[in-house]
Amino acid sequence: MSTHLDVDPRLCDAYGYCAELLPEAIALDEWGYPVIDPGPLSDDVLADARRAASACPMLALRLRKG
Amino acid sequence: MSALLEEYATRRPVYARLLHGDGGPTLAEHVARYGPLPPVARSTAEMLRVIEASGLTGRGGAGFPSAAKLRSVSRGSRAVVVANGVEGEPASAKDEVLMIRNPHLVLDGVEAAAAVVGAGESYVAVAGESHAVVAALEAASMERADRHPVEIVRVPDRFVSGEESALVRWLNDGRAAPTGRRPFERGVHGRPTLVQNVETLAHLALIVRYGAAWFRSAGTADEPGTALATVLGAVRTPGVVELEIGTTLGEAFDRCGGLTERIQAILVGGYFGTWIAPDLEVALSNEALRPRGASPGARTIVAFPRSVCGLAETARVARYMAGESAGQCGPCVFGLAALADALEVAAQCRGSQDDELDRISQLHAQIARRGACAHPDGTLGFVASALDVFSSEVDAHRSGHCTATRHAPVLRT
Repeated sequence: MSTHLDVDPRLCDAYGYCAELLPEAIALDEWGYPVIDPGPLSDDVLADARRAASACPMLALRLRKG
Repeated sequence: MSALLEEYATRRPVYARLLHGDGGPTLAEHVARYGPLPPVARSTAEMLRVIEASGLTGRGGAGFPSAAKLRSVSRGSRAVVVANGVEGEPASAKDEVLMIRNPHLVLDGVEAAAAVVGAGESYVAVAGESHAVVAALEAASMERADRHPVEIVRVPDRFVSGEESALVRWLNDGRAAPTGRRPFERGVHGRPTLVQNVETLAHLALIVRYGAAWFRSAGTADEPGTALATVLGAVRTPGVVELEIGTTLGEAFDRCGGLTERIQAILVGGYFGTWIAPDLEVALSNEALRPRGASPGARTIVAFPRSVCGLAETARVARYMAGESAGQCGPCVFGLAALADALEVAAQCRGSQDDELDRISQLHAQIARRGACAHPDGTLGFVASALDVFSSEVDAHRSGHCTATRHAPVLRT
């Protein structure tokens, strides 16, 4: 089973920590909101993805299986 | 035989299933015209089959099959019905006109839907400033002895207020902002909730009376029935008309007194809709509009006159839509404002606009699919089709002039 990252755009407040912690899968748009690679996360970035999700002050970033 | 069925004993070209008279019929007049509402609760499974066979689809814009929506809620228990009469879009008036002219039929539809899904609680949600609608519904409601009284609720007059999840949230905690959640499992008070457009419910009230074959006697095989449309722009008598699905855009304009001048484009589906070339032979149906990249939406149609600048009008609507963002999602809040900025510059005649056009496509890529509701993507589609249909106007602006001969606003904001 693969793992994906989802952001809830209603909660996100553009802190940008996620893109710092996981540049492999998250870029920021010109206003600082994350643009997330829609593909599955590779195994070697999973730990960073979890850190990015737990670092989000708005709890807007989630890991999703499937 | 009720008066309506007698009228349809001979097939007539102009359909008036939902709209007739000037409104405010008493309950007695209503029952004389349509006949009484059958006892739906005693045969919900059969009613669901009839609704499915009728091919009724939602008239609020998305066109989702109504039977499937009813089924998804009827699996739950202690459901809630919300009749959606909130036309957030200032160009659309069809739901408002329906509720004023035929409030009992809408309330019949609410009652029938509540019986099908087993709801004990029903609401009709209307835009807060629509005082005539509230008066018509309240007067009609007072006359009725519905098993479950319907509560009429006023929702803030904002574009996003009528969005399904925003409406549920308004009823739950008083904030009319989209949540992105589907209410059929957990909606109002966490209960399974049917949110159905008021026009859809009015059709439903007729289907449970007269059956699927009757409903299908109008419209096309794939898209049966009639539908209300709001026709605006360069027509003699703009307003709301009831059209058989499959009616051409030209016939729709004729029903509104015909065109008053040459048109350069037609907007189909309102501000989440699509600008198309001014082909009067195109039918107002999914089948005919799909190849043109459009869909009927909530059937707001604008005949756009040759004399007005399409680019300037698009910029004005884009600015309005930016202001109507619920303010929750960054790409919508900042993206639509930036889009309106770029369009306003492009609408001025200052020579080359390659920078603005590049900026618009760059914004398009940044905003698309990044909101919790359809507001940003709907606006992007409106703008992209405008740049396509008004491309010669874009070229004219690029070389420093505008072809418009008058500057009266055509699109209501």
